[in-house]
Amino acid sequence: MDLTYTEEEQDFRARLRAWLAVVLPGLPARPSPDDWPGRRAYDAGWQRRLYDAGYAGLHWPLDAGGRGATPTQHLIFLEETERAGAPYVGANFVGLLHAGPTIAAEGTAEQRARWLPPVLRGDEVWCQGFSEPDAGSDLASLRTRAVRDGDAYVVTGSKVWTSHAEVADWCELLVRTDPDAPKHRGITWLAMPMDAPGVTVRPLRTLAGSAEFAEVFLDEVRVPVANRVGAENDGWRVTMVTLSFERGTAFVGEVVACRRTLGELARRAKENGSWDDPVLRRRMGRLYGEFGALWRLTQWNVSEAMGVPPVRAKSRTRGSSGGVPGTGGSVFKLAYSHARQELYDTAAQVLGAGSLVLDEEWTLDRLSSLSYTIAAGTSQIQRNIVAERILGLPKGR
Amino acid sequence: MRGVHFQPTEDQEALRAGVRDLLAGRYGREELRASVDGAGPAGGPVVDRGLWRELGEAGFFALRLPEAEGGVGLGLPEAVLVFEEAGRALLPGPLVATHLAAGVVPGAAAGKAVVTAFDLGGDLVAYLGEADAVLGASGEPPPAGEPVRSVDPLTPLHRVAAYGDVSEYRATGTLLTAALQVGSALRTLELAVRYAAEREQFGQPIGAFQAVKHLCAGMLVRAEVARTAVYAAAVTAAPGEIAAAGLLADEAAVAGARDCLQVYGGMGFTWEADVHLHLKRAWVRAGQWGTAAQAEELLAEELLASGS
Ligand SMILES: Cc1cc2nc3c(=O)[nH]c(=O)nc-3n(C[C@H](O)[C@H](O)[C@H](O)COP(=O)(O)OP(=O)(O)OC[C@H]3O[C@@H](n4cnc5c(N)ncnc54)[C@H](O)[C@@H]3O)c2cc1C
Repeated sequence: MDLTYTEEEQDFRARLRAWLAVVLPGLPARPSPDDWPGRRAYDAGWQRRLYDAGYAGLHWPLDAGGRGATPTQHLIFLEETERAGAPYVGANFVGLLHAGPTIAAEGTAEQRARWLPPVLRGDEVWCQGFSEPDAGSDLASLRTRAVRDGDAYVVTGSKVWTSHAEVADWCELLVRTDPDAPKHRGITWLAMPMDAPGVTVRPLRTLAGSAEFAEVFLDEVRVPVANRVGAENDGWRVTMVTLSFERGTAFVGEVVACRRTLGELARRAKENGSWDDPVLRRRMGRLYGEFGALWRLTQWNVSEAMGVPPVRAKSRTRGSSGGVPGTGGSVFKLAYSHARQELYDTAAQVLGAGSLVLDEEWTLDRLSSLSYTIAAGTSQIQRNIVAERILGLPKGR
Repeated sequence: MRGVHFQPTEDQEALRAGVRDLLAGRYGREELRASVDGAGPAGGPVVDRGLWRELGEAGFFALRLPEAEGGVGLGLPEAVLVFEEAGRALLPGPLVATHLAAGVVPGAAAGKAVVTAFDLGGDLVAYLGEADAVLGASGEPPPAGEPVRSVDPLTPLHRVAAYGDVSEYRATGTLLTAALQVGSALRTLELAVRYAAEREQFGQPIGAFQAVKHLCAGMLVRAEVARTAVYAAAVTAAPGEIAAAGLLADEAAVAGARDCLQVYGGMGFTWEADVHLHLKRAWVRAGQWGTAAQAEELLAEELLASGS
């Protein structure tokens, strides 16, 4: 057991830190949450800076335009950028953390050359068209149809909760190509241009008041067969390859952010006197300990993944180290999403009646945090995964 | 590839496996139940002195003592692994106190002495009747005490008039106790999962019911987070990380045993099932070497100082 970094890694950290100190003060002001074009431009600008400095696609393989960094270097990158208060991936989330890795893992050489460089440069934004009105947790029951017509698929159906759809150039789309096959076996993965005729985006307002996601209606949209990644009807497997990419490290920066937020909260509590309430103070102390442990859990997961391809790492177990198998993603997400909601409930206690004021710093965050136990697989679904795939409990009838 | 190597090394795993094998052979379920029956109201001895010696010979108590002083010369990361195994086996006796007494109290390192400590708070001391020494006591011989009936059949208790100070041992004591708790939490999880797969109702294993599944999933999440916290604290020995590890491990052990009891149904409420033994021991340990309030206050102080 060892938590020390190699000299090379410390070097990497120092160089990154120095670069951040130079580049961050020069960034433009953050746009308001409702200014979507502004947000896109801001996120693209940040991604471009990363690209120019050699930090884009850090842990992507070299043949995908990445830098081939080790998981530990990636972890250091996420830790340091967050610590310095650098921008989030934002609108580039799907491109960098899901669609991109999918194409890197499953795409042809031409597909990689076409789609990956613009993602790394921040030139093109992707969204994820998976969920449908009747296919949420039961994603494999999706019904959006794609019918082959010459060198194109003709796609008709509707998607929902599509984050960033309004500003996206591309959509990683799951469609049904074989309605007669068992539900997991008739799905295909397509890259759909969002400006194709027949695509209609209708923004949905979230409970936080802003339009984070949208409905996407597809009316006989023609998508070239060349835009299919993986084989026809193999889209479920293609997708699952990347869901595991997403889970390992998608929240690392946020754990660091939570610790920082908690520190700010403690200082606010000290100022307004609520720190003198031992129940509240102790609650904050405990949360601080929990976020520390969650940070260690990400280190554990990354350490476990070192030298093992990410896809296999996910299904690896803790085996010999005590008999209970562990997978990074679901265990971490369950603990983290709960802790983060608890963080903002605690913030509301610190603010008192001030938590009812929408302009208060933590009020919007508190509202956003309500999605953490729903998006990317609800907590109930995560518990099913833990119970059935890690603990081996039987499926119900 | 190099980088953070958080996972135990092969040597560390071998050490853990050695202790697990020793305990499986010498303190399996039969021995556990025999010591529960033997403890009874008459209050026979709980600590098996022969086994204590064997543990001593295996280096359990002298693990962190420098080799120059006759110890094994290993560190906290190794210690938490072997304590996790002891927690899993529900091994009784003042394991942490005797380990801490190695090099301080003669005979402790070799397992020749049984050393307890003023680690419970209040005015209670565990294993006083069987102990050769008490960590934190100002003088010899150990203070006399009044036996009281203990909630845990394998943790006999005495009430004493004067209490000693163990603050110098608090941090390490907290960490090793947390490792015991993690072992217990992992064990109750195993018991629950096994029972849930075997017991059938409504024509299917109860583990196929989602309500039962989700209890088990929750147990795993708590146990894994706590285990990682304990390992990290063993590596850094930072006071805040140790405090957090203690809090998380106490929760994992206590809530884990309760959820296991629920999964067992009526069987969980019996004396015969081992579940109650885990719960009762977890309750004892949860207050050992400091309270949750103290740990949370320590963390709160660190939080306030962080990044300012
Ligand atoms: C902020 C946000 C952003 C999102 N972004 C995207 C995106 O960009 N692209 C995209 O495709 N999707 C996106 N989603 C959709 C998200 O993946 C789904 O909301 C999620 O998978 C749940 O599906 P659902 O909303 O249909 O709920 P449902 O599946 O209808 O679930 C409703 C309730 O039933 C429970 N439930 C369902 N099935 C089971 C079961 N088997 N066992 C126990 N309980 C069950 C659920 O846990 C939940 O409590 C986003 C969602 C949110 C909140």
